[in-house]
Amino acid sequence: MTCRLIALLLNLFLALPAAANPALEAVIADNLDQIERPSRRTVEPVVARIAATGPEGMALLSAWAGRSLGLADGRLVIVTGDGATDAVTGQAVTGADPKMLRPNAGVRGVIESALVAGEIASPDRARRAAALASIARDGTAEHLAALRAAAPEPDPALAARRARIEKLLTIRFDADPAARVTAIQDMAGDVGLDFRAALNPLLATRRVASADEPQGANIARELRVGSDDFPREAAIALLTAQGLVQPRLTAADQRNALAAHIVDGRVGGVSVAELSDPQARDRAYEALEGAGTVPPAATEAETEAALAGIRFFDVYAEPEAAVTDAARAAQRGAEWRLGAMKGIDLGLDALSLASIYFLAAIGLAITFGVMRVINMAHGEFIMMGAYTGYVAQTLIADRTLSLVAALPLAFAVTFAAGVVLYRLVIRHLAHRPLETLLATFGVSIALQQLAKNIFGTQARPLTAPAWLEGAITVNDVVSISTIRVAIFVLALLFLGLFLFIMKRTRLGLEVRAVTQNPGMAASMGINPDRIAMMTFGLGSGIAGIAGVAIGLFAQVTSELGQQYIVQSFMTVVVGGVGNIWGTLAGAGLIGVLSKVIESFNPSNTLAAQTFMILFIVIFIQFRPRGIIPQRGRAAEA
Amino acid sequence: MTRQPFILRNPSVLVVLALLAAFTLAVTLMSTAYGSGALPTSTVKVLGKTLCLALAAVAMDLVWGYLGILSLGQMAFFALGGYMIGQWLMYARTEAIVAASLSGNPIPPTVQELREAVANQIFGVVGSADLPLVWTLAHSLTAQLVLVVAVPGLLALVFGWLAFRSRVNGVYLSILTQAMTLALALWLFQNDSGFRGNNGLSGLQNIPGLDGVGQARLSVWFLWASAAALALFYVLAAWVVGGKFGSVIRAIRDDETRVRFLGYPVEGFKLAVFTLAAMITAIAGALYYPQAGIINPAELMPIASIYLAVWVAIGGRGRLYGAMIGAIVVSLLSSWFTGGRAPDLNLPGYAVKWVDWWQVALGLSFVLVTLFAPKGIAGIFDRLAGILPPRRHGRDLGPDQGALQEQEAKA
Repeated sequence: MTCRLIALLLNLFLALPAAANPALEAVIADNLDQIERPSRRTVEPVVARIAATGPEGMALLSAWAGRSLGLADGRLVIVTGDGATDAVTGQAVTGADPKMLRPNAGVRGVIESALVAGEIASPDRARRAAALASIARDGTAEHLAALRAAAPEPDPALAARRARIEKLLTIRFDADPAARVTAIQDMAGDVGLDFRAALNPLLATRRVASADEPQGANIARELRVGSDDFPREAAIALLTAQGLVQPRLTAADQRNALAAHIVDGRVGGVSVAELSDPQARDRAYEALEGAGTVPPAATEAETEAALAGIRFFDVYAEPEAAVTDAARAAQRGAEWRLGAMKGIDLGLDALSLASIYFLAAIGLAITFGVMRVINMAHGEFIMMGAYTGYVAQTLIADRTLSLVAALPLAFAVTFAAGVVLYRLVIRHLAHRPLETLLATFGVSIALQQLAKNIFGTQARPLTAPAWLEGAITVNDVVSISTIRVAIFVLALLFLGLFLFIMKRTRLGLEVRAVTQNPGMAASMGINPDRIAMMTFGLGSGIAGIAGVAIGLFAQVTSELGQQYIVQSFMTVVVGGVGNIWGTLAGAGLIGVLSKVIESFNPSNTLAAQTFMILFIVIFIQFRPRGIIPQRGRAAEA
Repeated sequence: MTRQPFILRNPSVLVVLALLAAFTLAVTLMSTAYGSGALPTSTVKVLGKTLCLALAAVAMDLVWGYLGILSLGQMAFFALGGYMIGQWLMYARTEAIVAASLSGNPIPPTVQELREAVANQIFGVVGSADLPLVWTLAHSLTAQLVLVVAVPGLLALVFGWLAFRSRVNGVYLSILTQAMTLALALWLFQNDSGFRGNNGLSGLQNIPGLDGVGQARLSVWFLWASAAALALFYVLAAWVVGGKFGSVIRAIRDDETRVRFLGYPVEGFKLAVFTLAAMITAIAGALYYPQAGIINPAELMPIASIYLAVWVAIGGRGRLYGAMIGAIVVSLLSSWFTGGRAPDLNLPGYAVKWVDWWQVALGLSFVLVTLFAPKGIAGIFDRLAGILPPRRHGRDLGPDQGALQEQEAKA
């Protein structure tokens, strides 16, 4: 009971702020004029004094900057929605009709930086962080002063952040060039976007055409007319824009001028029918010029003369040479490190692409290695796996659980499909690889259409569980999505599993024996037919699991497999058959290659793919049997 | 020893030519332009296009059925031929239109202006106004007609030389040809490759200079041209595979290594047939696309070439008429079933809509043909002619290829 009473009293006390803040009242009384009609130049001390009076003062300032401060009967009131409170006492004001104060942008800037300074000094860590973030977004010279004047930051993370922001602001706003240069040199080599953004305006240039070197200007470089980055047309355009030469006559202008002066089927003495000849047009135009009916156009000689007397410069907007030099050096360093970072990012991308290709191709490589059979329906097994994942997700609500269920399920489904395909089709086409290729292609189009009939043509989502979403971010440049890391891990896992099966189990031993010499293996009591069936099932099962992995980041459609099948073939062909390391090398080569080619021209992925395929065709010239060719008698089969 | 005349050695050629002539005559007499009008113009076009596909299938049979190379990029040559003729069709027609519209101006256009206006008209869709370098010859019909055979021929020559000299064969070669056509398709899909990206070339059914003729008559003319080309190249193909040359290429198909050891320049033979087939396919394409009216890079996607292989397989490899029959039957059936005109098959409890199920049926029947009738439809004719494969029933006596089988061992 007592506790509740105390709580109630406390609430009342808090709801009514200190009945009066005498310091604030005094400041307002002294400076009411200034507050009513503030000026950018003189308002600063007043604002500082108001801010010094405590929370009420800050509330007043924020209302002032937010244009919700009004003047009623010589008192300042804060207008909120439909009510109003006295700025000094905090009591509700009724029946007043306040005159709203509308400070201009300059004054608001002063007030806001005072507010930020107050926020930086706030005891609440979240508010200090918010204040820093707001300064980082759009800082001003006032913020810099406020930051420097503020008390030291107790929190180490925030202190580091504040120091960084202060340096960035120093680079942009400090009046002392030496301080700016020091700040730039301190931060040189940083690849943060904010640092690069701070450097860019310093290095902004504009083009100047003048007869002599512009006096007192900070010249970046002199341009040579006709060089690659400053063609003659650009120079003429610049001179034209500055009014130093007459604009050249364009073909369209000439045609229009001629058309406007047709008299009795002739222009300047030349008949219209002849005007399909450019020289006749020039003659006609010159005739018109001579008669004074059209304005004279600049001739080649005039333009040449104008160009001869004039030099062109890129001039920094920033007048201080020391600052621009330091900025340029820092930017060069940043670019170099940025390049390195981009290289690392590219490597990560390539690695994840390679692991996808590896997963997609490994099944194909096994079956090709053992049976010399290209399974064109392999892509459809990938699709089947992805749809299995989708079905598992519709049955099991929990994302993680459904993914865990989908992986073995996809393996089982595609393993069974592979075994069925082997028993029904491939077994009967032994030793006829081309026919097998075509028969499996028939299966492939049938399966694709079947998937379309069952699941429809629109893409089905296969959503990753929450812990797989998002990305692992190292800095502004280097980041990789978690799903891709997971796929990389999955690929590693399968590499390990595959090596284990091949090197440590009876099945693997028999598979290797059949791969090397089916006849001899059969003589030793191995049933090649059974081994082939098992390998085919295994390869198909891995394709199913690859399908689940691919479905997590791509759309699941009936054409999903088609998008990966050619790359999978390439991986097998480049890598060499019958050897897991070959497949790994092939996937790595193709992954790295496509990413590197793509990085030359990121907007044009089609060109990247074209060049990659061309490269592979040429590669085959030099290593017809792949990176790691089969050796021995098996290679002759 | 005197050899029998070509025709007597290949009586099937006469039959094919006679049937083709009868077919062309029948279609002409039923067309709207020259006969009773029983066949609408669109059907005449479909039949004309089918003849072009049959020609492509004959070329495919040369490469696959006789030379043993399963080329999965044959339709790349087909489409290239179409692109080459399409360049002229599109340029000449646009030029006529632009010239007509510019003649309304008070000042007659210069050659330069005309060119720029044409380029702007053609390449406006891909955001460019310059005529790419590959269109330099587009104004000349003669040049583009030469390019129709020259470009695919050169591509086949270079690709074949690279592939054959490094002894790429079998499945590897199939995958490589597939990669080639995919690379070409992806390149053409780009806007800056100079072939209007995925818009392709369109309006090809309007032949410049023949505006007054009308599509009804044009379609019959193209049918005649397609039939004539098919007849001509069928005879050529039959002649190529009929003589000693044909014996060598069939020997290469059956055992390449042995032919090489006998002293034949295997690569040269392969290259010659591969290039010849590419040129024939290109001519078929150049006749096909003016009837289709539009060509875009999707035509080069590997799937198109695989379908060509499917037709040849169903029709019967190693028999030129088999390839023809396969292409005609399967492509006509395909367009009938997927066109939505085939009646639904009402099974108890489920109505089979052919639009949805034709692909499944085609895929499965294709598997069945490969398994049970490797000679395809042409196998029926073989059976009629009494050519039967040796009866090789029973189990293999050994696991290796070529091992004797039980029945043979007894005999």
